[in-house]
Amino acid sequence: MLEIGLAHYLTVGAILFTLGVFGIFLNRRNVITILMSIELMLLAVNINFVAFSYFLNDLVGQIFAMFVLTVAAAETAIGLAIIVVFFRNRGTIAVQDINQMKG
Amino acid sequence: MSELPNFAPALPEIFIALSAIALLLLGVFRKDDTTQGISALAIVAMLFAGLLVPAAAGGRSVTFGGMFVVDGFSVFAKILVLLASGFTLGMSVNWLVREKLGRFEYPVLVLLATLGMMLMISANNLIALYLGLELQSLALYVLAAYQRDSGRATEAGLKYFVLGSLASGMLLYGSSLIYGFAGSTGFDALARSFSQGAPIGVIVGVVFVLAAIAFKISAVPFHMWTPDVYEGAPTPVTAFFAVGPKIAAFAMLVRVMVGPFGDLTHQWSQVIVFISIASMVLGAFGAIAQNNIKRMMAYSSIGHVGYALIGLAVGDQVGIRGVLVYLAIYLFMNVGTFAVILSMRQKGRLMEGIDDLAGYSRSHPMTAVALAVFMLSMAGIPPLAGFWGKFYVFMAAIDKGYVGLAIIGVVTSVVSAFYYLRIIKVMYFDEPVEVLDHGTGKGLSFIVAVNAVLVALFIFAPSSLVSSAGTAAAALFGG
Repeated sequence: MLEIGLAHYLTVGAILFTLGVFGIFLNRRNVITILMSIELMLLAVNINFVAFSYFLNDLVGQIFAMFVLTVAAAETAIGLAIIVVFFRNRGTIAVQDINQMKG
Repeated sequence: MSELPNFAPALPEIFIALSAIALLLLGVFRKDDTTQGISALAIVAMLFAGLLVPAAAGGRSVTFGGMFVVDGFSVFAKILVLLASGFTLGMSVNWLVREKLGRFEYPVLVLLATLGMMLMISANNLIALYLGLELQSLALYVLAAYQRDSGRATEAGLKYFVLGSLASGMLLYGSSLIYGFAGSTGFDALARSFSQGAPIGVIVGVVFVLAAIAFKISAVPFHMWTPDVYEGAPTPVTAFFAVGPKIAAFAMLVRVMVGPFGDLTHQWSQVIVFISIASMVLGAFGAIAQNNIKRMMAYSSIGHVGYALIGLAVGDQVGIRGVLVYLAIYLFMNVGTFAVILSMRQKGRLMEGIDDLAGYSRSHPMTAVALAVFMLSMAGIPPLAGFWGKFYVFMAAIDKGYVGLAIIGVVTSVVSAFYYLRIIKVMYFDEPVEVLDHGTGKGLSFIVAVNAVLVALFIFAPSSLVSSAGTAAAALFGG
């Protein structure tokens, strides 16, 4: 019987986090996907926090995870608002169209 | 039941938070246009908080269950941040009215960002650090996209949001590793636990946190958002970005690296040395080809971050004192320069090209002298303040044996003198194509004059700034 230990949780967290980072950089189509990738990164971090919290017998990690969830909600709200304003100006939210300034 | 925490050390923050709420309510309930009044009230609130900061301190005190610390270092950094926010808000009022963007949310957002910065500076726990950083960042994302019918401003806001969120994610991932492998998020507990070295997980976590903060101070290789955001965001917002958040994030970086991870100096100082050299070089060479003055200032600020990082790479008390002196002088030079940029108007339109300054010395002799002073000071020409900022950092580096770092710093500042001097050349020797407007705001001229005098006459009274920076640095090292 396989015992699920801390390393398993950390591996899942690391894989999800990496997926999130790659989702931001390798995505060429839609800004909404970037928002989802950001959310994925934050949730990967939460897995880490809760797993550490359980294995350390310490509540701080779970409290931190709660704060991360709350702030992530606010962050997504602001991100969506900025995307709406951008769409009104340019009529598109494709990533390759975010190019008025070089860089 | 535990008793209430001691609120006294956090008095300035509580005051700023309450005034932000009060001003927001005032703006909602007053029907008429209240932008100017609320901006003035916000500046008064910052002034008052600036008076409260030293009063609330008095030695090192920790409150809110160890989350919040006030010491000499936080007092120094908070006063710099309040000055930055006050100056830049004062510069914005005129612009808000002229561009017909007068909405009362602007000063409230600046107040909230300032509150976030003060919390970052005083954070004594990874949770408090994250919350302060996010409070600041969320307000700044909105400010970057504030000019919401401009395509460039919203694009700047979007870029800043995506890369800022990425940085927050990295900060959190690093925090989770530090928490897991060290067993605590409090800075004091962390500082005690690394005297016999640290597990590899903590080192990885520290690198993640370092990368995230490098994003916030726009150090190479995490600088790519800076030129675009500086160019696209409205000019007063750019001025704010260039000083306030940078100083706050720098203070946070210094506190995190020297405090909890002070015993791991040899692990992270290599990284800081690399980031510092890369920033200085990119700042010097990247700015040469720029024609937009805001974009040029972005590269210039990347370079300045590199110089200030030399002090952190040295990592001792003298080095940190150099960092603080550098940041203070950087504040005045940048505020003054951006005030000049804000007064560059042609037939009412805000101009941003370096070529638009042609013949500026004939049409605006006083402002041209002031801009020349700022440019020479940024290049580090001796009697001016910018030279002394570099002097203290380089001296600290040479004392500790980082001679190579100091030499690279001197070489890159010679390279960067090229583009600073180019502005002076355009102002004094080029024929004007079209004259820039006169009388673009008394407040702006006042800010330009104050900062130019401070930068030019710093040599006569350097001791007050240097000694207070020294006290602040000593507080960080438990002196």
